[in-house]
Amino acid sequence: MKPLKPNEKLNIRNILKDLDKYRPDKRGWTWRNKKTMNIGPFEFKQASSSLKNFVPLQSAAYLGGIDPQPDSVVTAEIASGRFEDDIRRMRMAAYHGADHIMVIRTAGQSHFDGLLEGTPQGIGGIPITRKQLRAQRKALDLIEEEVGRKINYHSYVSGVAGPEIAVLFTEEGVNGAHQDPQYNILYRNINMVRSFVDAAESKKIMAYANIAQIDGAHNANATARDAWKVMPELLVQHAINSVFSEKIGIKPENIALSTVPPAAPPSPDLKLNLPYAVALREFFDKYKMRAQMNTKYMDSSTREATVTHVLNLLISRLTSADIQSTITPDEGRNVPWHIYNIEALDTTKQSMVGMDDLLSMVEIKDSGYIKEKKREIQERAVLMMEEIIELGGYYEAVEAGMFVDSGEYPERNGDGIKRDIDGGIGAGTIIKRDKNYMAPVTAHYGYNNLSQYGETFEKDPAKLINGSTFEDPDKIVFIDELDESDNVYLRMDETEKYRNTNLLKPEVEWLADGVVTVDLFFPTIKKIAVEAAIKTGENMNLTDVEAIHSEVLHPTEGTRVQIKGRVNFDIDIEKLVLPEEIETITEEEIFDYVKKHPLKVIAGTGGDDEHSVGIREVLDIKHGGVEKYGIQYTYLGTSVTIEKFVDAAIEMDADAILLSTIISHDDVHYKNMKKLHNYAVEKGVRDKLILIAGGTQVTPEIAKKNNMDQGFGRGTKGLHVASFIVNKHKEMNKK
Amino acid sequence: MKERNDDYSKRRQKIKAMSDSELKKYFYKLSDQIVDPLVEMGYEYTSKSIERSVLLRMGFSSIEAKAIVDKLGEYDLLKKGAGHCVYKLSKEKKLSIQEAGVEITEKEGIDFLKEAFHYETS
Repeated sequence: MKPLKPNEKLNIRNILKDLDKYRPDKRGWTWRNKKTMNIGPFEFKQASSSLKNFVPLQSAAYLGGIDPQPDSVVTAEIASGRFEDDIRRMRMAAYHGADHIMVIRTAGQSHFDGLLEGTPQGIGGIPITRKQLRAQRKALDLIEEEVGRKINYHSYVSGVAGPEIAVLFTEEGVNGAHQDPQYNILYRNINMVRSFVDAAESKKIMAYANIAQIDGAHNANATARDAWKVMPELLVQHAINSVFSEKIGIKPENIALSTVPPAAPPSPDLKLNLPYAVALREFFDKYKMRAQMNTKYMDSSTREATVTHVLNLLISRLTSADIQSTITPDEGRNVPWHIYNIEALDTTKQSMVGMDDLLSMVEIKDSGYIKEKKREIQERAVLMMEEIIELGGYYEAVEAGMFVDSGEYPERNGDGIKRDIDGGIGAGTIIKRDKNYMAPVTAHYGYNNLSQYGETFEKDPAKLINGSTFEDPDKIVFIDELDESDNVYLRMDETEKYRNTNLLKPEVEWLADGVVTVDLFFPTIKKIAVEAAIKTGENMNLTDVEAIHSEVLHPTEGTRVQIKGRVNFDIDIEKLVLPEEIETITEEEIFDYVKKHPLKVIAGTGGDDEHSVGIREVLDIKHGGVEKYGIQYTYLGTSVTIEKFVDAAIEMDADAILLSTIISHDDVHYKNMKKLHNYAVEKGVRDKLILIAGGTQVTPEIAKKNNMDQGFGRGTKGLHVASFIVNKHKEMNKK
Repeated sequence: MKERNDDYSKRRQKIKAMSDSELKKYFYKLSDQIVDPLVEMGYEYTSKSIERSVLLRMGFSSIEAKAIVDKLGEYDLLKKGAGHCVYKLSKEKKLSIQEAGVEITEKEGIDFLKEAFHYETS
């Protein structure tokens, strides 16, 4: 496929074309290259290479548009149920700094005995299939070229088909995976023996493909009643999976611990989380840290979730994070939407860049509370391991219900998750290998009697079959679709009229889903406010209206409610009147021009108008106004008569007049513009003066209709006005 | 587990004198003790999913792999390795790997394998 261009949409149908022939060109995980970077006027110590194409933070507009990238790999979890729509979101995420795209699986896939094929729609995630993986990998290969950074693609090697999924991931160029048999056992009730036997094979395959592994320990936080009390157990769970993985053959640098700061405000967040973070990093210093964010105490407030996550990011910067996760702030209320994935990425980038090189200025004390607490967590973990061994081993400890107990070990509340060694899905399904057991493939774990066919095969078992799919990808069998009634083509046909046409619809996750949110306040109690909000949505002609968030401002004085609903109309782009875009030139060009041609402007608020904030922003150097570029201005103040503008311009020999006109009732702003023009004509200076009107109700169209040279509305910066003055001045000089 | 109060201060007596690095070392010694039997089982056992993953690597589709493994499971042949069964059949009957797989699902191959493995020391 042709490379992507920032001004062209990604064509999903092209991605799906010839997928049977697509081969990913690489395997394995890519870390960011941590380095010191000089970007704009700043030095960043914990940075990595900048992107070719990106969307910077909003404040970058005042800092030369810089977009420094932190040193950690940054994750976006994207899985809306329709992988084809997720591809567009992945591209947006990459522009905002994601280089680890994690795909959540559809509900129930972990209990599916085998591989799914085709592209059925998912619930709370997507069905992971060869076709879906290949399409997304193909798209990501294009996107990584576009942004100029490798993108790690990631999903889950768990459930009762782990080894097959590991093979699939290796074949399809997946770079990272969750793999932790404890997750199967504790949260998916898959038989414990089967889980570990399968895990050995899965991990061996992952080791071969250099796939980075993330464990599942963080789920204990999300499950335990008091998340901060499972801290000792978390160390134990991390150790079991990490040590097991290493013994199977995964390199320590590809083993990442999924660690979550267990507590969140209003608990004393840092006091609970920081000693834990230190304890963990001290014990597991040879492995990588995947810093996940806290979801345990998340509800519907996106603001509250964001603050918790920023505190989590502070812990990452105070300790370390090789992979920094971003949890969308809307995860507590729905499957994440586009905008919140991007908000989460920006929160992470903003915080990590903002806290760059923090540890060169502050350090964690090596005495007192933190040292004692850290040691206590570690000791409690050691004691828990001692008891596991006393009980007879891991299986016996799980049978005894030792894990995910809400007591802080060794305290026990008797509410741990209990599993029977002979119970769960897949119980009794492991098979003892015979003496002549053999598997003629690459990356197979365990006993394998190859010597029965010749010792040469011990080193290269797949030689027996002239190479496995790992050596010869042409042997891979690609299945396109199995379900004629549930596949990507049908879904895309349904929304075809919105794909690259003149029609638009608002969207939160799927093309043309029509979902909008409305933020409301009612001066009443919560119960009434929520119903009033829903009624408001219905009266706005929204359908499927639901309250998604409410917040009491005062028990009786008022409640904030956010609703979502669907709009049932299309927007025709061709019928939209688009505002004229004022062409800007570079700051250097303006500086140069003004140096050679000193420019003077007269400015003020016209008529009976006392609003002066806007005009001051366009003028003052402090706000990046025209003064910054060396343009001299004379500010006449507010409620200036129109005549005075022109008289002052003549007196000062000015080049331009900036008329601010905010009040718009009775069309007074139009009248001011006309009056300014007429008076300048009357005085014989109209052709020497650049007349500009600005204000919240001003548009270029209105201004020009009323004889101004240009008009500026909301959001105008000094750069816009200066660009226009310079260009216009050049044009007038030519004449 | 039965409810019990926090007896941390009692239990920690034997480890409290350890230095931080000794404690870490001990932590990994215990980890090894817990994990080693699990690794050993992974070495000695297989499962249907593992066997299907072998067949995928041999170039079978997920649908074929499932059919072959289910059939071999029915006749207690997975202990020999699904890939082994396919390989043996292809080698001895001079079939391609694909053809051998098909023959297993059609029972013809099963009879041959039962026979072949029966005469080998297992």
